[in-house]
Amino acid sequence: MKVKYFAWVRERVGKSEETIDPPANVRTVGDLIAWLARQGETYAHAFEKPLIIRAAIDHTHVQPDAAIAGAREIAFFPPMTGG
Amino acid sequence: MTAHMTIRIQEADFDIAREISALTKGRTDVGAVVSFSGVCRGSEDDQSVSALTLEHYPGMAEAEIARHAETAMSRWPLTGLTVIHRVGRISPGENIVLVLTASRHRQAAFQAAEFLMDYLKANAPFWKREETAAGTAWVDARSHDDAAAARWTKS
Repeated sequence: MKVKYFAWVRERVGKSEETIDPPANVRTVGDLIAWLARQGETYAHAFEKPLIIRAAIDHTHVQPDAAIAGAREIAFFPPMTGG
Repeated sequence: MTAHMTIRIQEADFDIAREISALTKGRTDVGAVVSFSGVCRGSEDDQSVSALTLEHYPGMAEAEIARHAETAMSRWPLTGLTVIHRVGRISPGENIVLVLTASRHRQAAFQAAEFLMDYLKANAPFWKREETAAGTAWVDARSHDDAAAARWTKS
C-alpha cells in the first residue's frame, strides 16, 4: 500500500511517500503507526508520540482502530492548522 | 435555481469582489452574502512573523472541503458558497482563505460561513509553517479550534 506523510511527519521521516508491505498482523492504523515507529531512527522520531498523529485512509479521516485492509493510500500528518 | 458551489486551492491570491460577483451573477434570489477572509498576521505571541508557508494534502483537501460544503448546503438554505484556500508562501497582510456564503436571508449565510470556517480549521488537511527571526517552525494546532468545530455537532 501507498503511504504519504505531511508537514513535520514528512520532514522527520525524510520522504513524502513510499510503498510499504507490513506483515499480516498489522491490521489497524494504530498497528501501522507502531510498526512504522520500529522502521528506523527517522520513523521512531516521526511517530514518537503516536496519540498526536492523525491519519486518513483514501482521503477520509480515520481513528487508530480503523482497519487498513483494502486501503489504497494511508496518510499520516500532525493536527491540521489551515484556515 | 441550483445552488452555486466553488471550491479552489491555489497559490495565487483571490479577488473578493470578483468572487462575490460570481456568486450572485444572474440571480435575483440572493438577499445576503457573507464574506470571511483569513489574513496572514505579522506577529504571533509578540514574535514577528516574516511569512507563512501553507502545505496541503492534494486530493484530500478538496474532498474534505467539499464534504463540509455539502453539509452546509444541506443544513442551511444557501443559494451558493465559495471556499478558496491558498497554499505556498504567504506574507503578512496577504489573504490565506476566503469563505463566501449566499442566501435569501442573512442568518443562514452568517451561520454557514462560521460553520465552514470552524470545520475547515479543524479538519481540512492544511499545515502552516511560520518563518520568524528564530527560524522556521510548524504552527501548533489550537485546542479551541477543535472546540469551535465541535459546537456545531451539539443541539
